[in-house]
Amino acid sequence: MIAQDLQVILPEIALAVYAIVALLAGVYTGKDKSAAMIVWITAAVMAVIGLWIATGSGTNAAFGGSFVDDSFARFCKVIILFSGAVVLVMTQDYMARRGILRFEYPVLVALATVGMMFMVSAEDLLVLYMGLELQSLSLYVVTSLRRDSVKSTEAGLKYFILGALSSGMLLYGASLTYGYTGTILFSGIIEAAGDDVSIGLLFGLVFLIAGFAFKVSAAPFHMWTPDVYEGAPTPVTAFLSTAPKMAALALMARVLHEGFGGVISDWQQILAFLSVLSMFVGAIAAIGQTNIKRLMAYSSISHMGFALMGLAAGTTFGVEAMLIYMVIYITMNVGMFAFILSMEKDGVPVTDIGALHMYSKHEPLRALALLVLLFSLAGVAAPMLGFFGKFYVLRAAVEAGMTWLAVAGVIAAVIGAFYYIRIVYYMYFGQDREPLDAGGGPILWVVLMGSALIMIVGVINMFGMEPVAAAAAAALVN
Amino acid sequence: MATMILFAPLLGALLSGFGWRLIGETAAQWITTGLLFLACLLSWIVFLGFDGETYKVVLFRWIESGTLSTDWAIRVDRLTAIMLIVVTTVSALVHLYSFGYMAHDENFGHHAHYKARFFAYLSFFTFAMLMLVTADNLVQMFFGWEGVGVASYLLIGFYYKKPSANAAAIKAFVVNRVGDFGFALGIFAIFFLVDSINFDDVFNAVPDMAQTNLTFLWGEWNSVELIAFLLFVGAMGKSAQLFLHTWLPDAMEGPTPVSALIHAATMVTAGVFLVCRMSPLIEYAPHAKEFIVFIGATTAFFAATVGLVQNDIKRVIAYSTCSQLGYMFVAAGSGVYSVAMFHLFTHAFFKAMLFLGAGSVIHAMHHEQDMRNYGGLRKKIPLTFAAMLIGTLAITGVGIPLTYIGFAGFLSKDAVIESAFAGGGHYAFWMLVIAAFMTSFYSWRLMFLTFFGKPRGDHHAHEHAHESPTVMLVPLGVLALGAVFSGMIWHNSFFGKEESVAKFFSIPYETGAHEDAAAGDHAATATGAAHVAEGTASESTEAATEEVLASEAAPAAVADVAEGGHGDFAFTGLPGQGAIHFAPENHVIAEAHAAPKWVKVSPFIAMVLGLLLAIQFYLVRPDWPAKLAKQQRPLYLFLLNKWYFDEIYNFLFVQPAMALGRFLWKRGDGGVIDGGINGVAMGIVPLLTRLAGKAQSGYIFSYVFAMVLGVLVLLTWVTLGGAN
Repeated sequence: MIAQDLQVILPEIALAVYAIVALLAGVYTGKDKSAAMIVWITAAVMAVIGLWIATGSGTNAAFGGSFVDDSFARFCKVIILFSGAVVLVMTQDYMARRGILRFEYPVLVALATVGMMFMVSAEDLLVLYMGLELQSLSLYVVTSLRRDSVKSTEAGLKYFILGALSSGMLLYGASLTYGYTGTILFSGIIEAAGDDVSIGLLFGLVFLIAGFAFKVSAAPFHMWTPDVYEGAPTPVTAFLSTAPKMAALALMARVLHEGFGGVISDWQQILAFLSVLSMFVGAIAAIGQTNIKRLMAYSSISHMGFALMGLAAGTTFGVEAMLIYMVIYITMNVGMFAFILSMEKDGVPVTDIGALHMYSKHEPLRALALLVLLFSLAGVAAPMLGFFGKFYVLRAAVEAGMTWLAVAGVIAAVIGAFYYIRIVYYMYFGQDREPLDAGGGPILWVVLMGSALIMIVGVINMFGMEPVAAAAAAALVN
Repeated sequence: MATMILFAPLLGALLSGFGWRLIGETAAQWITTGLLFLACLLSWIVFLGFDGETYKVVLFRWIESGTLSTDWAIRVDRLTAIMLIVVTTVSALVHLYSFGYMAHDENFGHHAHYKARFFAYLSFFTFAMLMLVTADNLVQMFFGWEGVGVASYLLIGFYYKKPSANAAAIKAFVVNRVGDFGFALGIFAIFFLVDSINFDDVFNAVPDMAQTNLTFLWGEWNSVELIAFLLFVGAMGKSAQLFLHTWLPDAMEGPTPVSALIHAATMVTAGVFLVCRMSPLIEYAPHAKEFIVFIGATTAFFAATVGLVQNDIKRVIAYSTCSQLGYMFVAAGSGVYSVAMFHLFTHAFFKAMLFLGAGSVIHAMHHEQDMRNYGGLRKKIPLTFAAMLIGTLAITGVGIPLTYIGFAGFLSKDAVIESAFAGGGHYAFWMLVIAAFMTSFYSWRLMFLTFFGKPRGDHHAHEHAHESPTVMLVPLGVLALGAVFSGMIWHNSFFGKEESVAKFFSIPYETGAHEDAAAGDHAATATGAAHVAEGTASESTEAATEEVLASEAAPAAVADVAEGGHGDFAFTGLPGQGAIHFAPENHVIAEAHAAPKWVKVSPFIAMVLGLLLAIQFYLVRPDWPAKLAKQQRPLYLFLLNKWYFDEIYNFLFVQPAMALGRFLWKRGDGGVIDGGINGVAMGIVPLLTRLAGKAQSGYIFSYVFAMVLGVLVLLTWVTLGGAN
């Protein structure tokens, strides 16, 4: 019995064990001197586990239904593991040159990843919370990795305090739910809730959603995002804006569909509210930003709004659209951060978008790749994948009878297009200024170009992602 | 062969239009002209060797959408064959002529390359026109229809540096849109009722359609009447009939060869061709026919009155064209489609010739177009004078009355007028006779002002007036042949005995003695009907044998003998048999032949009167015209300003449209949309951005406050929502 359960969570165990071993190895060998090697090994291990998970099939429950390994979970885990691995690889050089490549960094990332893997597989509220906290605590630490920087520590502290508050809300929601249904299993909650929930259970649901909304940085629970993104070391920001978002959204989808699938109309409007608010806050507030990291923070808020739109549709197709949207978003974001990591002048990192004036003159190819990514992020109806991500969620909303939400989304996308295209404007039509360094190294170059290329080539068939996402969504909603 | 005729001009257009930089301008000119002459030669072979049997060349499947399936096919029947020679002959000659005319154009600089472009346009136009006349279905025809529209637009605006040329090009295009809208509606209606746009299917369905009604706009209409009317609206636009004629005179802004080819001989006759092509349908629409006759007759009259006082040599001929098109429509509306085609055919020769002659005069006079500055040119340019004289004799209809000897216009115009008398009513007849009088007057006026009298205007221009080069004179000579002989040669085929017309267009017919036909010794009937029987045996059991046809037609024929004594002839073709369709009870041809003598002589008398008056006014007493204009000033101004059509349209349509456009542009687009966008983008969004920036204070407590507020809002919302 227990052997079968362990069989199901073997990938998580493997990664956790690896993290411990790596920690010990780091402590007992060269400490930070071996950090570079640990980064590479961690990335390799995560990639291998990702491939391993990708070969799995069927739906396997473990520990009395508290944990499940289904195609939805596998889809999300593969994305999380791969994006984590790529971020690790491309940030190693940056960290090393800034002297902040500590051996804890890959270990903490690995542990956060383990937490995320639990999150997407959680079938009861406690596993959910365990996973969430493992992830969050690891992230708090990496955020303040640059201990001698006031900004970095401030960001870590803010993240921690606000995260604690949101955890409190989440726990409060969990206990309310337990109080009104008498169970923490999602399968039990959906039975107890039936199709007409009591007001108490609704309160529980609201608090749960508020907790999740904090993790995906949906407005109005988004306030931490710009400060933390700006304060954290850029590699950490890159990580924060990719894998954890996927995990939190997947978790949200699972709770809502498996725990509260009978009362879709109740949470639908909450998600629609969060979605609209996030899209507009993200789009409008970003216009005032000159720091590209803060800009990316608002950008991610806006993008979460779109992903939530898919979820708000409350249909299988909505979940599929959300998954597709997230994969595209993460791919674009990885490319964007590969570029941001390479922005430096005289060896010092630059985050001001003013530095990109006439960038196309000095680095035509990279400027072109960035242009592709920015247009894709804006979702302009040019032949780029970002447009199709938006198209899917809009379609999901329209098909679910929420046309107003889709219209709002389009308006927000138009407003948001401004600040992406403004960067393009700087790059191609701005004034001539002192150029940035031609730095970055080959890895960042490959990631940037690869991401841009995927945005264009992927238009053909999205690399066959659509049926996989559809199967994953079907496994979740049934 | 038909395929080659069709695509030779396209090939020429593509080669010279896109390839002249490689092959050079002169080569491009030679290639287009050579290909056109090839097409012309083949067309004549097709025409002369045509045995009357309709055949199709299917090129490929064009549209496959729902129940609409249509081939791209070339349909060759008598109608097509006639149009093929008209189009390719005139086009080939105009190509040749353009060598001389376009050699040195003052509208372009010395090193500007415009010749290859000009020839490419000409060839493209020819291709589109051939597309139109060879079409096997309405949409294909519409393609050609629009293609010639585009070519016309490009060529009218060929001198794109002249604002007036651009304005004229746009005007032609816009006015044609009005007509095209009617044409398109007609096609839609046909497809709606028949579920097909292929001519064969449409013609077969006409008898059924005549029984059905269609709701359109505010009322119920007989479908065939409605469709015929709509198609005619299209024809009105393309053929510059009254109300939609305003573009044609302005189209003279284009180079003169263009005027000859497009705005005299071919494109403007597309409307007449359309009506003849759709004759099976028109035959079932008596009211639409009346309307066609009315518009045609009125146009013929109106354009002739305006032509009396115009001073620009090309405008006179343009109004003359407009007027002659009216003649053709009267013939078609009277039910004698063969005569409409006859006049189209002869008119193409002598009108192209007049235009090319006018071009030669203009060329000689260094692009002076005002006739008041001509005079006495016959000594300077004798060959051009001879050509213009032949053209004028042809258009005014000189011939020996009551015989079939005369210039082309004599035979065809008299045929039209007799048909109008027999089938179009008195209004049409008198209008046409008066128009014939005026035609004679303004044509001779043109001749006298240009070639006789004393030289007027710029001395310099007169001194340097010179005969045109040979390349320009050869086409004139060839066309002169057509203007003189085409009427006499083909009179019998178009407007002879009914039998010969029926044979020419391969329409099944029946002479009264149907026993003979049944017995099989009436060779002509047997062959005529047998053609049809072969061609349509599969589609209709009724047409399976000539005996059946004969027995069906017999009552009608007998009735005719009883009531009118039209002889014992009747057309028996079903719609779609033969190139054009005459209803069995259509005896206009016979009635026209039986018209009283005074009717047959009247156009000749009108012509002579016009000539005499012109001699009096412009040779004997050249001071009279000015005096008369002074005395009758309002009338003169009315005519000089073309009945004020342009002014009325300007007031009724152009100004309101401009006002609406300006309103939508300034207020709608500029004020509301731009203003709204700018307001949002520059006012509201930045404000919100500042607010968002302020909210992002960096203090944890304000962040927490926002979160708590968010939770409260959500709780309130679900509580209120849950209470429902």
